[in-house]
Amino acid sequence: METSTKKIHALYNDDDVLLHAIKDIRKKEYKIDEVFTPFPVHGLEKALGVPHTRLAYAAFFYGIIGLSFAIWMMNYIMIEDWPQNIGGKPNFSYFQNMPAFVPVMFEMTVFFAAHLMVITFYFRSRLWPFKDAENPDPRTTDDMFLVELSSDGNEKEIEEFLKKTGAVEIKLIEN
Amino acid sequence: MASHYEAPIRKPLIIGEKSYHDISVDVAAPVEGKANKLWWIVFSISLSAFLWGLGCIFYTVGTGIGVWGLNKTVGWAWDITNFVWWVGIGHAGTLISAVLLLFRQKWRMGINRSAEAMTIFSVMQAGLFPLIHMGRLWNANWVLPIPNQFGSLWVNFNSPLLWDVFAISTYLSVSLVFWWTGLLPDFAMLRDRAIKPFQKKIYSLLSFGWSGRVKDWNRFEEVSLVLAGLATPLVLSVHTIVSFDFATSVIPGWHTTIFPPYFVAGAIFSGFAMVNTLLIIMRKVSNLGAYITVQHIELMNIVIMITGSIVGVAYITELFIAWYSGVEYEQYAFLNRATGPYWWAYLLMMSCNVFSPQFMWSKRLRTSIMFSFIISIVVNVGMWFERFVIIVTSLHRDYLPSSWTMFSPTFVDIGIFIGTIGFFFVLFLLYARTFPVIAQAEVKTILKSSGENFKKLRDGNEH
Repeated sequence: METSTKKIHALYNDDDVLLHAIKDIRKKEYKIDEVFTPFPVHGLEKALGVPHTRLAYAAFFYGIIGLSFAIWMMNYIMIEDWPQNIGGKPNFSYFQNMPAFVPVMFEMTVFFAAHLMVITFYFRSRLWPFKDAENPDPRTTDDMFLVELSSDGNEKEIEEFLKKTGAVEIKLIEN
Repeated sequence: MASHYEAPIRKPLIIGEKSYHDISVDVAAPVEGKANKLWWIVFSISLSAFLWGLGCIFYTVGTGIGVWGLNKTVGWAWDITNFVWWVGIGHAGTLISAVLLLFRQKWRMGINRSAEAMTIFSVMQAGLFPLIHMGRLWNANWVLPIPNQFGSLWVNFNSPLLWDVFAISTYLSVSLVFWWTGLLPDFAMLRDRAIKPFQKKIYSLLSFGWSGRVKDWNRFEEVSLVLAGLATPLVLSVHTIVSFDFATSVIPGWHTTIFPPYFVAGAIFSGFAMVNTLLIIMRKVSNLGAYITVQHIELMNIVIMITGSIVGVAYITELFIAWYSGVEYEQYAFLNRATGPYWWAYLLMMSCNVFSPQFMWSKRLRTSIMFSFIISIVVNVGMWFERFVIIVTSLHRDYLPSSWTMFSPTFVDIGIFIGTIGFFFVLFLLYARTFPVIAQAEVKTILKSSGENFKKLRDGNEH
């Protein structure tokens, strides 16, 4: 029985061939599920139509959180909770004492932006210790580029087509 | 091939006939192979130095910092010298991985991994000194603004020493995640190559299950770019804040507005020298000469030459400003620094840091591997003495001539310093045998544009 749950793995051994193949496959409107590459291939996400990540915006937002937290913390500690006369610095106003607080405000901004962005990245890309790798072929971290497609019972046709695009190996995966 | 164009005038960054697979094999070779005798010898020496240092640390903590050579006049000496020296060395790693990334310098890719490793290991050494200097290590958490049973009695955010706590811990932790994120695809490569089940398990754990999907790479590159953007001001801020420890004080010789840029330049200077020291050995021992080329060493030498000269300008500016200020105390501090009883340390600093890098104007010398290695050692000796000169010569003759004195280190001072050098090399040697020491995924992206064989092929086609 031919069902629609079959997957096809096409392996390429060159990034330029891969890029052309992706463009051709998309023209034919075959469904690409995923592409695994050993290194970032420039222009690949564009060719696949994958939207650009918004992590940079997240980092900006996290940085603002860090800055606000630093201001709140130092205002509470130095001005509200236990003001002390230190070298005659104004201890009654956060703003007037601020030059001394700038280094920590900066460091906390960077700390929050960097760590929260990386944590977000790890969660979004599902990366953490003891997580099992999901690349279907171990060679995709070495020198092979793998395109995963799903078929609607037209595997033969897709296989023929993939061969023409320069795939060096094509595997049918029964689910 | 058009998308992989690089000007023919640029020298190849990857030498020889390499394919993507060759890069994996070359980077995995030191990890998969066995350590040779030399590695074990150097490792044993480093380990014994480390253990000796550890003994000295225990002795210090158990007895008190009276076991150091400090006295009433010189209250800061080797400890802070070592702290600043190690932090400074750390700066090159971030500079290479972050600043050169922002400037799109492709030569960074062969060396960034090891330079960042060096950053992390040396900042760890640096962090030890303030902790030991506290005397009571178990109260180290008191430097953090944690509510407590004393009032709450908070930390003082006006103090540059506290800024340092925030700067160094942010720097260490951000460098660590930057490094680790870059390592994930390379650990994944080792994982997928591993044959022994134990190795596979370890690298599988370390790689966090990296699979290399398109979206993962897209995020990976964005994260690297943003981290580089954050780490660039961070690295400049860290040594700026370290210099504030001195610059915000009222001690003649320390109270200097030139300190932040001067310290940052000095940090980059000593850090690049340390990168050269380590990589010149590593490229040989681990057979990575195809990726860490003479061109890399030459470019680092140029950075050493420029930053060394900046440091030289700073030294001379300090002298000029001391004279021009008309302040007697300031003038004497510098006169004493250059011609007082520590003249030999000043001379050593001047000749190692300002004079020796000038040899790098010569193309023949800066492309000589042996010469670069020697200079890299000389520079680090000089930079240690720079911190010693700044710290001790500004203190040893204070406002009261009856308390003028000299500083002489005890065996504990020396032992702890040697111990951190041992610890640093223990970490680096372990790293060199278990980690992918070259960012192979990144290097693969420039193979077609900067690989020697591809460049030749392309140049041949164009004419």
